[in-house]
Amino acid sequence: MSEIQLEIDGRAVRVEEGTTILAAARKLGIAIPTLCDHDGLEPYGACRLCIVEVDSGGPASRRSRVAASCVAPAEAGAVVRTRTEKLDRFRRTLLELELARAPDSPRLQELAREHGARRDHFDGDASFCIHCGLCVRYCAEVKQLHAVGFIDRGIRKEISFLPEIAGRECEACKECFPLCPTSYLQAAYVLMRSFVVPSRMK
Amino acid sequence: MSLLERVDAIIDRHGAEPSALIQVLLELQGELHWLPREALARVGERLVVPQSRIQRIATFYKAFSLVPKGRHEIHVCMGTACHVRGAGRVLDKVKELTGIAPGETDLELKFSLETVNCLGCCALGPVMEIDGKTHGKLGAEGAATVLESYE
Repeated sequence: MSEIQLEIDGRAVRVEEGTTILAAARKLGIAIPTLCDHDGLEPYGACRLCIVEVDSGGPASRRSRVAASCVAPAEAGAVVRTRTEKLDRFRRTLLELELARAPDSPRLQELAREHGARRDHFDGDASFCIHCGLCVRYCAEVKQLHAVGFIDRGIRKEISFLPEIAGRECEACKECFPLCPTSYLQAAYVLMRSFVVPSRMK
Repeated sequence: MSLLERVDAIIDRHGAEPSALIQVLLELQGELHWLPREALARVGERLVVPQSRIQRIATFYKAFSLVPKGRHEIHVCMGTACHVRGAGRVLDKVKELTGIAPGETDLELKFSLETVNCLGCCALGPVMEIDGKTHGKLGAEGAATVLESYE
């Protein structure tokens, strides 16, 4: 594999071809906020908080775009900016949309303070899940148990434990619990348990 | 033929590959009018697809149902063209005769009723589709005559 060079926030960095922009930025010690990224999992691109501005292409076809850095591969000669006025505005809106779903999540509130996002900018019923997919992906990719999955679609999309598998495996694992940015996962699990083994719930 | 034998026959036709999942589910849905849990378990086993993915797909597409559907599926078009020509009256008549609301199935499993937003043949409006057959230029009485022809 060949190495390529690009520029992030004015600093040059050399990375293996195929590295994501997010990984390249981390190599420089530049922090980019994310909610759905996890070292042990395939990039997913769900939360969009890791957006960056990328100028890429040759001199004739040079163009600028906003890309989710966790799923965008680093390109040779690209110039990347991780904090601009435009990105801050986008991130603020993304956070406000996510806060409408999970207004009391400490992780979201911390990011909201940093970016000046208001928790009540968008109203709507909180569903407490922001669809980051960390639990679903961790269970499938790392544990390969597939005990929790997504069901339905659009505004009705939600996570759902499969009682046949979860009732057997989850009690001893629970490794996905700390990954959840909103604690909705734990609530969904307790609810599932109460249906599957009501007598054991205290 | 038992349920699992029918499932196996469908899987054999498409090949037991993960990529055949949606085709298998579609054919199961067509044959059984719904996707019973035992059938999905067998599909998962033979295609080597986790149950979580099968459920994600079965709940994503409207073509699939996890509860039993009637022998005949009625789709009443509520698109703009049908609406202005009286689709509401057609729907009311269908609801009255079948005793079910959109999204429901009657107890004899004869009819399932759904509304759709356009069937793509606006010149025939108001349109009602039953089991893929299109009935056009309907009024309340026309809809009643059409429904009577289904057993």
